[in-house]
Amino acid sequence: MGAMAHVLAVDPVPARSQMGSSLGFHIILACFGIAFAAVTMTAEWIGIRRGDAAALLLARRWSKVMAVLVAVGAVSGTVLSYEMGLLWPGLMGRFGAAIGFPFSMEGIFFFLEAIFVGVYLYGWRRLSPWAHWWSGMPIVVAGVLGALSVIAANSWMNSPAGYTLSHGKLTSVDPVAVFFNASTPYETAHMVLAAYMVTGFIVAGVYAVGLLRGRRDRYHRLGFAIPFTLGGIAAPLQVMMGDILARFIAHNQPTKFAAMEYVSRTTRDAPEWVGGVLINGHVYLGAAIPAFDSILVGFSPHTRVIGWDSVPPAQRPPLATLIHLSFDLMVGLGFFLFALAAWQGWWWLFHRRLLVTPWFLAPAAVGGVAAVAAMEAGWVVTEVGRQPWIVYHVLLVSDAVTPASGVPVTLGVILILYAILTVVAIGVPMVMSRRWRQGAPAEEEAEQVPYGPSPAGTGGPEAR
Amino acid sequence: MNPSPQAVAVAAILFVVIAAYALFGGADFGGGIWDLLAGSAKRGSAPRGLIEEAITPVWEANHVWLIFILVLLWTAFPPAFAAIMTALFVPLSLSLLGIVLRGVGFAFRHTAQRLRMQQLTGALFAVSSLITPFFMGTVVGAVATGKVPAHPTGSVLAAWTSPTAILTGFLFVAACAYVSAAFLVLEARDRGHRELMRYFSLRATAAGILTGALAGGTFAELAASAPHVFAGLTGIALPLVAVSVAAGIAVLAMLWLRWYHALALRATAAIAVATVVWGWGLAQYPYLLPTSLSLAAGSAPTAALVAEFVVAGLAVLLVAPGFALLYFLQQRRMLTAAETDADLRMAAHLEQANPGHPAAAPPPAGTPVTRALVLILLAIKAIRDLFSRPDRR
Repeated sequence: MGAMAHVLAVDPVPARSQMGSSLGFHIILACFGIAFAAVTMTAEWIGIRRGDAAALLLARRWSKVMAVLVAVGAVSGTVLSYEMGLLWPGLMGRFGAAIGFPFSMEGIFFFLEAIFVGVYLYGWRRLSPWAHWWSGMPIVVAGVLGALSVIAANSWMNSPAGYTLSHGKLTSVDPVAVFFNASTPYETAHMVLAAYMVTGFIVAGVYAVGLLRGRRDRYHRLGFAIPFTLGGIAAPLQVMMGDILARFIAHNQPTKFAAMEYVSRTTRDAPEWVGGVLINGHVYLGAAIPAFDSILVGFSPHTRVIGWDSVPPAQRPPLATLIHLSFDLMVGLGFFLFALAAWQGWWWLFHRRLLVTPWFLAPAAVGGVAAVAAMEAGWVVTEVGRQPWIVYHVLLVSDAVTPASGVPVTLGVILILYAILTVVAIGVPMVMSRRWRQGAPAEEEAEQVPYGPSPAGTGGPEAR
Repeated sequence: MNPSPQAVAVAAILFVVIAAYALFGGADFGGGIWDLLAGSAKRGSAPRGLIEEAITPVWEANHVWLIFILVLLWTAFPPAFAAIMTALFVPLSLSLLGIVLRGVGFAFRHTAQRLRMQQLTGALFAVSSLITPFFMGTVVGAVATGKVPAHPTGSVLAAWTSPTAILTGFLFVAACAYVSAAFLVLEARDRGHRELMRYFSLRATAAGILTGALAGGTFAELAASAPHVFAGLTGIALPLVAVSVAAGIAVLAMLWLRWYHALALRATAAIAVATVVWGWGLAQYPYLLPTSLSLAAGSAPTAALVAEFVVAGLAVLLVAPGFALLYFLQQRRMLTAAETDADLRMAAHLEQANPGHPAAAPPPAGTPVTRALVLILLAIKAIRDLFSRPDRR
């Protein structure tokens, strides 16, 4: 590998930090882009189908929040598109022809999403109810397919396929093989489920706080139940998917897996480390479950797990402690959310009633934060775990980074801008919700509205 | 070495997309510029309201053209993309800054209207609408003058600070304002605002004259600073340049004569923008970066280029009907921005009062039925426009 001899002329750390913070910020909004329309449309469907004013009011208000988040997401996504070139011209110049195809497909789905977001958000008043509902459907479909496309590009960096190099120059490309590389199905499923969990648990968390504060009307119950159900369905699937994906990584990117699980030496009976800090090759403060890692990888304690000693030190991922702890955090939070969903599901199964005890609502209120933390930790695992490669075993990060000298400046500006965007993305919906409450608090209870229909028709287990 | 036909074809698609962004995105930027120039809060409230109504539902879809430009460039012509992104790091970063601030302005303005920060965010939106096209213009000027080397070793300050590049930046700003004002005249007419029609007609004329002057200045500058492109513009691309000039003057003439024919005015303005973009593309031929990187040397392997055809085909199949629907609904004023909370509440209850309109639910877009539906709707609109013109004046 000629690239190995490359002298580190440019420090990639500022560029990596900028890309990491941009991605880490955008991915939260991307989750809303993927899944929020489905949450809103579920409420709208209940509203139209059952003639439920509380559900309709929720749908309308959520779509106003969606307008903010989609606007911020569109610009932070643009930032990432620019940064592919501004920060990594070495990657795009060499492999743009290969990695470009999935991004082009993403462009189409982003287009469809943006168009129908325009129709859905601003068509409430003049479109008929069902026509309006259907105008949201392309957002849901394009959200998932757009995620597939972008994740395909990221997967390609983990499992490069579908291209031929001669003398370091790309000579032919198979776009289909690029798109459907080995990692694509695993990463995509993992991310789409994550998007539904993040969106579902964040929105549910807002109403869990409302319920905890004693606003126990139908409006708040529905506002909690709808997103929580979507997130709660995704949670067990995600636990399964994560297990499958980890096994795939053990085979496909063994050094990443070795860092995730502290496998220093290729071995059978590899222990599973829970927690722990790696210092000078020793794990401190961690608990080891004997042979469990081998069992997880190959269903038998005799499974051989490849360690990071299989590659020279320069090719090992840095910061193994960060990768391992991020992985543990993600798994732990995933199980926490799974447990919450199972608790509510169990109650529903036997009581046909929404569980609203404070013992349940308090952890549910922080479910959104947990889901975001889990997802960010997951991205740390996959991105830091791929280091020092930008394209796994093909191109080093240090060979891809821009020679332009302004990166520390743009990094600073980007951090400031993202602080502003964060304030916007959280602050504007908060201000809106306060205004909604001040407007006419009692009206949120649909049953008390003088010109609404009688509550008898609404039915449903939440109706009092 | 001659470029492959696939490379030429993808370059043509790229320039179609650039023209689309210049037109649609440019008009949105222009809206921001007029917002900036609309004066005090009281005096400017009417034009600002119109601008907001016209832009809000569509700006995001219009913005996606930019993403397509980036993606097409890096997929089909990766070395050119890498070189431009490296050499023009500074103006590109500044245009990106404008895009982000604009999004912030939008998010605040259209959703938290009663915030005290409304004026600040409004200014943010307006100023960023000014700086984004300016720096994009300097980027185009830098590429056209051949100041972007094929293998830059860092950002190149001189490339985008040449008089030509700076002039191109101002030209872009003026052109955005011009196109936008011409479109806003029609928006005002559709809403029956006679005052605003005159208001934007006057501004379109002023911006049009300024655009013409700047275009002339840039053209003169190009003779010395960009011999290759200048030779192209006065040679093979001359017919396109002539059409652009003629269309630009025709739009001015229509405004003077107050002949506000929706289709004719929009089409002429579109032609004026598209032909000058295509003229620039043609004048650069056969170079991606005149004269250091040719199309033949800078294009991707054939399969990647063919894949972009597929993408373009899908875009025509899926995106075009969606876009038509969006603009159709927007023009019919079926999309209404900025509902107050009382509206939301009322509406939720009204919908509940007569739930489930028996109207058949149209299937999701992307199915043949929707496409047919959109086509029918467009046909009906076209026919109605044809017959309803006299009484609409």
